[in-house]
Amino acid sequence: MPLTQKHHADPIRAGEPQPYLWKLNLGPQHPATHTTLRIQLKLDGERVIDASPEIGYLHSGFEKLGERLDYNQYVVVTDRMNYVSPISNNVGWHEAVERLMGIEPTPRCKYLRVIAAELSRISDHLVCNAAVGLDTGAFTAFLYAFNPRERICDIFEAMSGARFTSSYTRVGGLNYDITPTAFEMIRKFLRDIPRAVHDVELLLNRNRVFVDRTRGVGALSREEAINRGASGPIARASGVTRDLRKDEPYLAYGDFDFDVCCATEGDCYARYLVRMAEVKESIKIVQQAMDNLPAGPVNVEVGSRAVLPPKDQVWTTIEGLITHFEMVMSNRGFEAPCKEVYAATEAPNGELGFYLVGDGTQTAYRARCRPPSFLHFAMLPHLLRGYRLSDVVAVVGSLNIIAAELDR
Amino acid sequence: MTPSRDLTTPTTVDRLRSVFPQASAHPSDDVPRVVVPRDAVRAVLEWLHGPGGFAFLADVTCVDYLHYHGATDRFGLVYLLTNLETNERIIVRTFVNDPAPSVPSVVDLWEAANWLEREVWDLFGIRFEGHPDLRRVVLPPAFESHPLRKDYPLQGLGERHNLPVVRRGEG
Repeated sequence: MPLTQKHHADPIRAGEPQPYLWKLNLGPQHPATHTTLRIQLKLDGERVIDASPEIGYLHSGFEKLGERLDYNQYVVVTDRMNYVSPISNNVGWHEAVERLMGIEPTPRCKYLRVIAAELSRISDHLVCNAAVGLDTGAFTAFLYAFNPRERICDIFEAMSGARFTSSYTRVGGLNYDITPTAFEMIRKFLRDIPRAVHDVELLLNRNRVFVDRTRGVGALSREEAINRGASGPIARASGVTRDLRKDEPYLAYGDFDFDVCCATEGDCYARYLVRMAEVKESIKIVQQAMDNLPAGPVNVEVGSRAVLPPKDQVWTTIEGLITHFEMVMSNRGFEAPCKEVYAATEAPNGELGFYLVGDGTQTAYRARCRPPSFLHFAMLPHLLRGYRLSDVVAVVGSLNIIAAELDR
Repeated sequence: MTPSRDLTTPTTVDRLRSVFPQASAHPSDDVPRVVVPRDAVRAVLEWLHGPGGFAFLADVTCVDYLHYHGATDRFGLVYLLTNLETNERIIVRTFVNDPAPSVPSVVDLWEAANWLEREVWDLFGIRFEGHPDLRRVVLPPAFESHPLRKDYPLQGLGERHNLPVVRRGEG
């Protein structure tokens, strides 16, 4: 329950000494902060007077590395940004690279990327909601929501070869075409997932403890959401009807029938509801993409000098081997044009943008990543002021803060 | 590449240029760009925030053009704005140079700029005049360099070995 100023009998005047205020450190290592981040709270009893978030514990210079690694190598680093949904980052990175180089992926590649991105959205949203449940005392939902995530990890393993850090995309294509096994796994998963979503909803939607601890907590108005740069489900829970999949349709999103899910309350419970609704929309998208998966090659033509040749050609033909060497040698390879592009994709957390500067060489001159969590974490003090200490974990959980994405 | 992306119609850039003749439009097949002199950037962004209707600041970032062939200025700032009503984007560029590069802050227009400007200060060393809380954001306060500058080596300058060690009981 939010405690507003009127509950507090004695409002604090500026400049007045406040010896009764506590300073409490939440993090950097605390189970309820999810990752390595730190919030310095100023408390009056249990009421949060102020919060000052601090980040940087996981800063690893990803953007500096982006100026060193080539356009295919860097996809490995993007896996480590939002590690709850790595494939969304892969897709976002190569969307930007392909826009820089002027490459149009094949229809099959676009559909497969959509399938992968939407599966990762399902997994990300379920894990986020489950973690909010875990933090607010609803442990069972966490276990029910983690099961589908495990299935999605298995699907990613079948699709890309890695369960977690998938590095699925390549410039102009993917590292593997989808196999019948993976196809069947997704089909089976789509049959089972509505049940799991329904289970989570049964466990949380009317769960008294969960609702009491999330409804009306951490409320964000529409104006503040826009002004503070909120995007994705957090902005949509505050009534901002923006979804890059609809507003700037990239890949094949223009082909699918799905809804943009919004709420108006802007509190933690609204964010939970928006995420659950988006899971259902993502299931619809994956279903449509599976039904209409175009045939044909998954990579653009090898002759375009931007795509690594398929491995069977590398191993069995001299042309494939030469092309492969040409692509990976440090003085050959990509020739990105001297221009600058910004490409944004709708990652599970919000607008994931890459600002790329090409300088004619095979590495980016500048590889800026606009991480959605960074702006969401910056508004934490605004969301926490006036609420109780126990609300802090609910708000941090519902913002889905991923520290690796904040710090890069 | 997605064809038929909903881009800014020329009118936004044209309207901007009719108010600010010093702003130059740059041809782009992607998001429209305007380059404005450093002294006019604050006024241009105020105009875009108000009459322009660009209520959403998507990103503030910077590019160090030290080794870029043909570049005349050192730092190029990038303001990426979005108009949520018309679904337009626009990129505003401005260039600043050593020594002591600085631009006016826009935190009072968009609160989103707060941490984004802190990050640019942290990694590029560009001061934002009027920023309410211009501290480093991802690097420790004791850090002295600005690592995304092109003259900063990839391996670092050995700062990690000299950071103060805080032991239990002292912090």
